[in-house]
Amino acid sequence: MRFFRSELRLIMGRRRNQAGLVVLAAMPVILGVAVRLTESNPRGDGPPGFIDDIVGNGVFLAFAALTFELTLFFPLAIAMVSGDAIAGEAHSGTLRYLLTVPAGRTRVLVVKYLGIVAGSFIATLTVTIAGAVAGILLFGTGPLTTLSGDQISLGAGLWRLLISAAYVAFGLCALGALGLFISTLTEQPIAATVALMIVTATMWVLDAIPQISWLHPWLLVDRWDGFADLMRNPADFGTVRDGVLVGLAYIVVGLLLAWARFDGKDITS
Amino acid sequence: MAAGSLAIQTRGLTKVFGAQRAVDDLAMQVPAGSVYGFLGPNGSGKTTTIRMLLGLITPTAGDHDVLGHHMPDDLTTALHRVGSLIEGPAFHAHLSGLANLRRLDAADARSDAATSEQRIHEALDRVGLKPAANKRFRAYSLGMKQRLAIAAALLAPRDLLVLDEPTNGLDPQGTREVRHLVGSLAADGITVLISSHLLAEIQQICSHIGVMRAGRLVAQGSIEELRATQTARLTVVTPDPGRAADVLTRRGLAQVLVDGDVVTAAPGDVAPEDISADLARAEVRLRRFAVDRPSLEDLYVSLTGEGFEVRG
Repeated sequence: MRFFRSELRLIMGRRRNQAGLVVLAAMPVILGVAVRLTESNPRGDGPPGFIDDIVGNGVFLAFAALTFELTLFFPLAIAMVSGDAIAGEAHSGTLRYLLTVPAGRTRVLVVKYLGIVAGSFIATLTVTIAGAVAGILLFGTGPLTTLSGDQISLGAGLWRLLISAAYVAFGLCALGALGLFISTLTEQPIAATVALMIVTATMWVLDAIPQISWLHPWLLVDRWDGFADLMRNPADFGTVRDGVLVGLAYIVVGLLLAWARFDGKDITS
Repeated sequence: MAAGSLAIQTRGLTKVFGAQRAVDDLAMQVPAGSVYGFLGPNGSGKTTTIRMLLGLITPTAGDHDVLGHHMPDDLTTALHRVGSLIEGPAFHAHLSGLANLRRLDAADARSDAATSEQRIHEALDRVGLKPAANKRFRAYSLGMKQRLAIAAALLAPRDLLVLDEPTNGLDPQGTREVRHLVGSLAADGITVLISSHLLAEIQQICSHIGVMRAGRLVAQGSIEELRATQTARLTVVTPDPGRAADVLTRRGLAQVLVDGDVVTAAPGDVAPEDISADLARAEVRLRRFAVDRPSLEDLYVSLTGEGFEVRG
């Protein structure tokens, strides 16, 4: 527990992570201001993305921000944290001292992964809260109009927003498990970060090619924006449930690979 | 060496990297309570050995015990009593010395959180780093970094310290300080394994020595044992070299050599005073008469070679 707190302090104490968090939080604000300035424009009818709904209720800014940051910003944040996890410690040489303390290899992996999990939730919640606050300040709030057209109370809307945020964070945790594995493969944190971004981008690309639609359900990113279905009435949990199951599979495989690789690895850095 | 009292024992420890036998069939024995100087040129396999001892690298063959615990099965139990400095200090640059030690202590599953602060401050105090405890690690001088690493090795009560090149990169004063510190730790009864590529740096504090060359342990034992293996050499400088050589040969000395006015021989068990008396009786005039025992340094050089050989 003390080790985990120390890990959390290490992650949150890094200037670059603090700056990253500020950038993440700035996104919904920029988005909100942009929409506010162009408010007079005629409504388009592009489905999910929630952009059009923001004007009606500021809370939708949080949904929109989650959707927007999913493609690049969130994966990048997780790639940075997971790159630091093992590869970063190896690069700075601190890994050999952690292991001779001895912290225990499995224990190091567990704590490192919990750090990534915490990072995922902190990043997601920061964006969600920044989005909701900025949205409400810019556009006001009240009962939410669902994608199905009818209205739900603000309380119910905020509850669904929280579930959506948790779902996004969970998807990032699954990505982080892959990131942790990649982090055990190298002593260069930047290489681990870039590699995870390549994996993410590849999944997005594959997900956009209709000819291989049979593959899509198995791609981690395929259902990442599935939380939009929660804003139907009644809320449709189908996509979210499948997304969680696929995410779980990625977590199990990622962590097993990381453990198999790290447990017997020669630490020469 | 009594078998039961070894702090470190390796049996056939071997590590192969690709085509290179970095460490080859090592039978190392570090007696409990000793200060064991682990010597060898750079690249002779010292660090690889130390990494294997500490469980960072898996041996290709062989096994070893640390503090009586078989590795790597009892790694956690054994390493809890071992403080180490491996290939120089490594800490998080953006954290202070104090914060770095807190992190290491938190990582130790067996360390007691209640005594953490006290132990950290004692360790900082012991290496004289207390005034700089709150400075960021990146602002430390090399000597301070080295000292912080030693403080980290002293965070918990230890039975064994493994110090890999603790004087590397230090100025003469820093080297003296480290030597003094190691001496005081050894006086507390802690076994110390200290590696260096320079015999002179650690000879004064070591009770035992092991010498590595090209992955093999080519000599090992207490300083006295190693000294005893060194054969003394008699040197006589005289204007009567012929007669002197006759006297020495008749006395039964081996390897009598004449080179100009210098006569050398191996005195063996013959006392120098008896030889000089014989020379005097034969009216051999002497300019110089000396029996020299080669220094440990000479032994070290003869074992490891001199110059710039690099293993491929």
